[in-house]
Amino acid sequence: MPFTTTKSAFWAGVRDGAPFIFVAGPFALLFGVIATEAGLSIFEVISFSVVVIAGAAQFTALQLMQDEAPTVIVLLSALAVNLRVAMYSAALTPYLGRAPLWQRAFAAYLLVDQSYALSHAKFEADASMSIPQRMAYYFGTCLLVLIVWFGCSYAGAAIGTALPVGLPIDFALPIAFLSMVAPMMRTLPHLIAAGVAVVVALLAVSIPYSLGLIVAGMAGMIAGAQAEVWLRADPMLPVDEDPQ
Amino acid sequence: MMDKDTLWIVIFGLGIGSFLLRFAFLGFVGDRPLPAWLVRHLRYTAVAILPALVAPLVVYSGEGGTTDPTRLGAAVVTLGVGIWTRNVFAAIGAGAATLFLLVYILG
Repeated sequence: MPFTTTKSAFWAGVRDGAPFIFVAGPFALLFGVIATEAGLSIFEVISFSVVVIAGAAQFTALQLMQDEAPTVIVLLSALAVNLRVAMYSAALTPYLGRAPLWQRAFAAYLLVDQSYALSHAKFEADASMSIPQRMAYYFGTCLLVLIVWFGCSYAGAAIGTALPVGLPIDFALPIAFLSMVAPMMRTLPHLIAAGVAVVVALLAVSIPYSLGLIVAGMAGMIAGAQAEVWLRADPMLPVDEDPQ
Repeated sequence: MMDKDTLWIVIFGLGIGSFLLRFAFLGFVGDRPLPAWLVRHLRYTAVAILPALVAPLVVYSGEGGTTDPTRLGAAVVTLGVGIWTRNVFAAIGAGAATLFLLVYILG
């Protein structure tokens, strides 16, 4: 059904984004708890969530700072975890690329898994949307997720300061990472990428400055990409996209 | 305890870096397509970096680089439940429950 106004497009986005509060909320809560346990104040936790808005990258930075990795490695690793947002940015550009610059800048700040996935599917399915309607829909999908992200970060930080000491909270981060990784094992190349990264990471722990992580990550990426070429197993990549 | 100056550098560095990643194409590149080989590698960044980060934390979780069976057990359960249910929160719940149970049993 075509939208008649930008307002109705915005509210359609809000409605479609609503279920995702149940994904973003618990993650933000967990981040708040773990970050305060790591020694961050409530203000620092909220700043982190407002400035960065990226679950896995925030957890990565937190873990590496606790390991006292060099700052450059903390930033490189966390940004590598977040590299997928560059792909989202590329995928949305054909639909939003002609909107005013300030809107695109604001949209970029809010680009997360949910806003990308919902908007891209919508724009693809409904070719009749105007650019202002697309922008309105996009910002609509962000609204609730954003409120919940900030609110639950605060709630988590408040809970974290109240938790008793002596809980095995040191292992909360590895558990969070493993839970995020498990659903990513969609295809054989994903499994190969993860497997190679694990083996290299275990062999490379003695490399100084946590550089082993970067080496292992790159080895995993190359292994996954190569496996995909050999197997052509990823349904996301039609064969004709390949330049060979 | 982590250093506060480092923390703020990381917060703002990560904020600016993430913004640039998000703005890269929307803002700078326009709608030119990415080369296929680059997209193919980008697809595996998270699935490589996250396991690489977590593997040493699990395997060398005990004192002096040994493996702590409580943490290994919790990790295996988290991963297993996660792959089986594809549900992040079922996996976290099962992993945390296993960890508490094993810490209680094994001390």
